[in-house]
Amino acid sequence: MPTFVYMTRCDGCGHCVDICPSDIMHIDPTYRRAYNIEPDMCWECYSCVKACPQNAIDARGYADFAPLGHSVRVRREEEKGTISWRIKFRDGREKNFVSPITTKPWGEGIPQLKEVAGPNKDMRDSQLLYSEPKYIRMDEGDLHTLQKAGLKLKQGVYY
Amino acid sequence: MAYKTVVEDDIDVLVVGGGLGGTGAAWEARFWGQDKKIIIAEKANIDRSGAVAQGLYAINCYMGTRWGENNPEDHVRYARIDLMGMVREDLLFDMARHVDSTVHQFEDWGLPIMRNSKTGAYLREGRWQIMIHGESYKPIVAEAAKKSADKVFNRICVTHLLMDNAKENRVAGAVGFNVRTGDYHVFKSKTVIVAAGGASNIFKPRSVGEGAGRVWYAPWSSGSAYGLMIDAGAKMTQMENRIVLARFKDGYGPVGAYFLHLKTYTQNGVGEEYESKWFPELQKMVGKEYLDPEVSHRTHRPIPTCLRNHALISEVNAGRGPIHMVTMHAFQDPHLEEVGWENFLGMTVGQAVLWAATDVDPKSENPELTTSEPYVMGSHATGAGGWASGPEDVSPPEYFWGYNRMMTVEGLFGAGDAVGGTPHAFSSGSFTEGRLAAKAACKYIDDGKAQGIRVSDDQIEQRKKEIFAPLERYKVYRNEIVAGTVSPSYIHPKQGLDRLQKLMDEYCGGVTVNYMTNEKLLNICLKKLNIMEEDLDCLAAKDLHELLRAWELKHRHRTAECVTHHTLFRKETRWPGYYYRGDAMKLDDENWHVLTVSRRDPKTGEYTMEKAPCYHLVDKDEEKPAAAAE
Ligand SMILES: Cc1cc2nc3c(=O)[nH]c(=O)nc-3n(C[C@H](O)[C@H](O)[C@H](O)COP(=O)(O)OP(=O)(O)OC[C@H]3O[C@@H](n4cnc5c(N)ncnc54)[C@H](O)[C@@H]3O)c2cc1C
Ligand code: SF4
Ligand code: SF4
Repeated sequence: MPTFVYMTRCDGCGHCVDICPSDIMHIDPTYRRAYNIEPDMCWECYSCVKACPQNAIDARGYADFAPLGHSVRVRREEEKGTISWRIKFRDGREKNFVSPITTKPWGEGIPQLKEVAGPNKDMRDSQLLYSEPKYIRMDEGDLHTLQKAGLKLKQGVYY
Repeated sequence: MAYKTVVEDDIDVLVVGGGLGGTGAAWEARFWGQDKKIIIAEKANIDRSGAVAQGLYAINCYMGTRWGENNPEDHVRYARIDLMGMVREDLLFDMARHVDSTVHQFEDWGLPIMRNSKTGAYLREGRWQIMIHGESYKPIVAEAAKKSADKVFNRICVTHLLMDNAKENRVAGAVGFNVRTGDYHVFKSKTVIVAAGGASNIFKPRSVGEGAGRVWYAPWSSGSAYGLMIDAGAKMTQMENRIVLARFKDGYGPVGAYFLHLKTYTQNGVGEEYESKWFPELQKMVGKEYLDPEVSHRTHRPIPTCLRNHALISEVNAGRGPIHMVTMHAFQDPHLEEVGWENFLGMTVGQAVLWAATDVDPKSENPELTTSEPYVMGSHATGAGGWASGPEDVSPPEYFWGYNRMMTVEGLFGAGDAVGGTPHAFSSGSFTEGRLAAKAACKYIDDGKAQGIRVSDDQIEQRKKEIFAPLERYKVYRNEIVAGTVSPSYIHPKQGLDRLQKLMDEYCGGVTVNYMTNEKLLNICLKKLNIMEEDLDCLAAKDLHELLRAWELKHRHRTAECVTHHTLFRKETRWPGYYYRGDAMKLDDENWHVLTVSRRDPKTGEYTMEKAPCYHLVDKDEEKPAAAAE
C-alpha cells in the first residue's frame, strides 16, 4: 500500500519528508503539502505514517494486487511506550492490536561510552567486546574459544 | 557547479550506512576509541533506515548460552548445513560467540523481548530465534549510535570510497552528496566500515507497476555495500549465492513464526503434503551428504532452505499449485492468532494490508505462498559479500590478515550484509559484526597503520565531476526534446533499472525463467551488462532525488555484474531452489567444495576469479544434544 496524503489534514510540516527511508515523501511546491512522489518505490513501511503529527498520511493497497475498501491505521505513542493498530477489512470486519515498543523511558537505558571506564591493555589484546564476558552469559563464564569448545580447525579442503 | 564542497577531516572511524551493522559499529567504536573521531554517513535518516525501518518481530540469531540452550559451534553447524557447506566457519563462530552479549544489551536499552513464563528464558520462536516487540528496534539502536558518534550525517548518499594516494590499496575515506542540499561531501578518514546493506531490485520483481515497491528486502537496499567495495578493488566472495524466499504471496510477509511458533505447515493445491516426495530425486542431484531426510528426522539437522524452495517450485511446475500455508487450525487459538497478525504489523505491514484488502482471514482460509525474485545479501540464509579477515584466535593463517573483518583493502572494514560467507547473522549478528569491526578498526589506527594518508585534490575533483554528471547531462540535453522521458541522448535511472532487472531475470536465473541459467546465457548477460555500463555514463537526473536513484542504479549494476561473474565461475548447481546451472545440474563436491573469490581491477575493469578452500571447524552432525553441550 503506497502512501497518500489527505489534502485537508496536512500542514506541510515535513516530518514525513525527514523520515522516509526511500526519499519519496516530498512537499508539493504548489500546495505546500506532502505527497508520495514515487509509489512504486514505497515499501509501505509506515515510517511516515507513524511520524505525521496530523494523521494526514494513509496507505492504500498496491493497485496491482490489492482491491479498494480496506484500511490499516496506526498510532505510535512514545511516551506511553505503545503502538496500536486497527485493521479494517474490505467486508467491514475489524481487528485491533496493541504492543509495547519499549520497556524504558526513551534512551535512558543506553550508557554514554565516552564516560565509562575505558579498556585496559589486556582487554584490547583479548577477543572481548564492551561489557564482555559478563554480558554473554551473565555468569562467571569466559568467552568461547576453539580450545574450550573442543574444536580444531581442520585443514582447508578443495574437494 | 553551484554545489558547495563540505570537507570533514581527520576522521578516525567513518561508518558508511547506519543500519544494523553500522549502528553496532558506531556504538562500539566509542568504547575502544574514547578520544577518536567517529562519523556516520547515512543516505536516509538513521532513526528509520535500512532493512529494519519498519521493525522486526523476532531476533533470528541468539544462542542462549546463558540458559544452556546452544553454543556457538552449534550455530556454525546449522549455517553450514543450511548453505550446503559453503560458509566461513571462522567468521561464523566469532559472530556467534559474541551475539548473546549484543542481545542482552538490547534488552537493557529497552527493547521488549518476550519471555517464557515457565522458564524465565527468552521466548523461543525456533532454535535460533527469539520473539520481540520490535516496532522500535531501529530507533533504539539508532539512539545508541547517536550517543557514541561525534556526528551523524543523514541524507548523504555515499557514492565512492576514497583511496590513499600515498600507499597502494589503502582506504582514505569516502565521498557522496547530500540528497537535500546537493552539497558535495568529502570524508577523509583513517578507516572506513562499510555497512551499506544488501541488494533488492536487481532481478525483475514479480509485482508490476505500483506494487514494485513491495519487494521482500527493502527497495532502498541498493547494493551500495558491494558497489563501493568492488569499485575500490576489494575481493568479494560467494556473490553467486543469491537468495530466493518462500513467502506469503504478493505481500511477502514473513513465514518464520508461522512455521516455528504457530506450527502451521504447507500443502499443495489438492491438499497434500508435497515436500518429501521431491526428496528422492533431489538427493540424486545434491547427494546424501546434503539431503538425508531420515537423519534430519532423527537429529537436529535441518533441511536446507534452498532445497525446500526446490520442492515448492517443482510442485507448482508439476501443475499442483497453488501452495497453501495451513493456518486454519493454529488461528483458532486466539493467542496464536494475535501472534500471527502482530508478526506482520511488526515487520511487514503490507501483508496485513493485503489480507484486509482481499478479506483473507487466516482463521477461515489458508493463504497462498510463493517464491520471490532473487535478492543479493549476506545476513539471511545466504552469504554474499566482501572477503574479510577473521579473528586471530580462530582463523587459519590464510583467512587472517591482521584485523578482524578487514577486507583485502587496508583500513576498509565491513559488517552485516557487506561481509561474505556469514549467513544467518540476521539483525543481531549484523550489529555484532559491526562491533567486531569497530574494535579492529580502532586497533588498526592505534597500531599506526593509518599514518601518512594523502588524498590528492585531483581525486576529489574527479569524483565530484562524476557524481554530478547526470544532472549536467539532463541540463544539456533536456531541450533537445519537447517533453517527456524519451531522449536519444540519455536514459533516466528508472529506465536503466528496468533494463537491469529484465536482463538479470532472463539471463542470470530470475523468476520468469524459473531460476534457470547456463554458461551461454551468463556470457550474454555479461555482454549486456557491459554495454549497459556505457549507457550508465549517459544517465540523466532532473533533480537530486533522481541523482540518488542514478547512484543506486550504478551500485546495483556493479553488484549484478559481480553476481554474474561468480555464477559463471561456479560450474555446478550448489543451491537448487536458489538457482540452477542448466549445463551442470548436479552439486559437484569434487570440484566445487570451495568458496569463490573475485576481484575487479579498478583500472581495467577486468575480473579475476579464484577458488579458496573451505576450512571446517565442526562436523556435520551433533554428537550430543544441545542442552548437554556445556
Ligand atoms: C522483511 C524482513 C524480515 C526480516 N526479519 C528478520 C527477523 O525476524 N529477525 C532478524 O534478526 N533479522 C531479520 N531480517 C534481517 C535483518 O534486517 C538484516 O539482517 C540486517 O538489517 C542487515 O544489516 P545491515 O547493516 O547489513 O543492513 P541494513 O540494516 O539494511 O543497513 C544498511 C544501511 O545502509 C544505508 N545505505 C545504503 N546505501 C547507502 C549509501 N550509498 N550511502 C549511505 N548509506 C547507505 C541504508 O540506508 C541503511 O541504513 C529481516 C529482513 C527483512 C527485509
Ligand atoms: S511508507 Fe515508508 S517508504 Fe512509503 S512513503 Fe512512507 S516512509 Fe516512505
Ligand atoms: S508529516 Fe503529515 S502534516 Fe507533516 S508534511 Fe507530512 S503529511 Fe503533512
